Amino acid sequence: MSADPRAATDAVTIVLGGTIPLQAYLAVAALLFCTGVWGLINSRNAVRVLMSIELMLNAVNINLMAFSDYLDGQLIRGQVFAIFVITVAAAEAAVGLAILLSLYRNRETVDMERFNLLRW
Amino acid sequence: MTLASTIQQLCFLVLAAVVVVGALGVVLLPNIVYSAFLLGGVFLGVAGLYLLLNASFVAAAQILVYVGAVNVLILFAIMLVNKKETLAVIPGLLLRRLLSGGVCAGLFVLLLRVAFTTHWALPGPLPVGEEATIRIGEHLFSDYLLPFELASVLLLMAMIGAIVLARRDVYSSDVITGEPVDQGLIEKTRTPLLLDPSANAGGQPLLETTP
Repeated sequence: MSADPRAATDAVTIVLGGTIPLQAYLAVAALLFCTGVWGLINSRNAVRVLMSIELMLNAVNINLMAFSDYLDGQLIRGQVFAIFVITVAAAEAAVGLAILLSLYRNRETVDMERFNLLRW
Repeated sequence: MTLASTIQQLCFLVLAAVVVVGALGVVLLPNIVYSAFLLGGVFLGVAGLYLLLNASFVAAAQILVYVGAVNVLILFAIMLVNKKETLAVIPGLLLRRLLSGGVCAGLFVLLLRVAFTTHWALPGPLPVGEEATIRIGEHLFSDYLLPFELASVLLLMAMIGAIVLARRDVYSSDVITGEPVDQGLIEKTRTPLLLDPSANAGGQPLLETTP
């Protein structure tokens, strides 16, 4: 730790909230998003597809919160956006699972490969 | 390096590991019930990351909405549709998985490159920290008032839509006691139109018709 107090406060100012860089949060969010995309493409179970979508939405939320804290610390607009994203995600989960339930009642399966009524 | 920043880094590493490993488990585990519980762990880890980012209100909202509502909803959906079924073999499944894995890895590298080569406007303004909840309230009732009201309308629409979609046909008589049940508001049963005719070869009706 440096003896100069001004340098110490500068260091605290530069790396807001400890020494975690912004890029670390972005990397975690990118990994989470790519995992979600892979699961979205490859899942056979429709419930798992919905879970993958939730993972992707959470990755986007981590990005929004990181930018809000590091680049927009006074007007925390990223946090407001994250709240709206959470709202829409909750609505999406409810409607998606209701559609899944109705689909299961009609076709008696949750296999994504057999939901091909509108394919061609 | 102070003790506080060391602990913060440690917390970040643990939370990031929980989030990443949990997400991989959600996608890769064969049993979907384990996936659902791991998804709850991922949500909790993300809430911890929010706490590290000075956002206590959003962390609480994340736990309430995601862990408390969405995850429980997913568990209930799993309980309702959990039927053992043998999945038909698809040709070229391994090739498809590898190709999509390559695409996702490429996307990851692209996102990392963007994150590390962009010159972010750091250091930004000081974070408000403890006052974040007050600031969010001010935003929601001044310049974000219209999206706030629209969100409530959206939630109402989603609630009604989910009820209409998931409402089920019921038996006209009680299964256990056999006495008739007054179900005036419940729609008449419909035959499942989209079933394969071969799948229902037994011919027995799935539900009784409501009078």
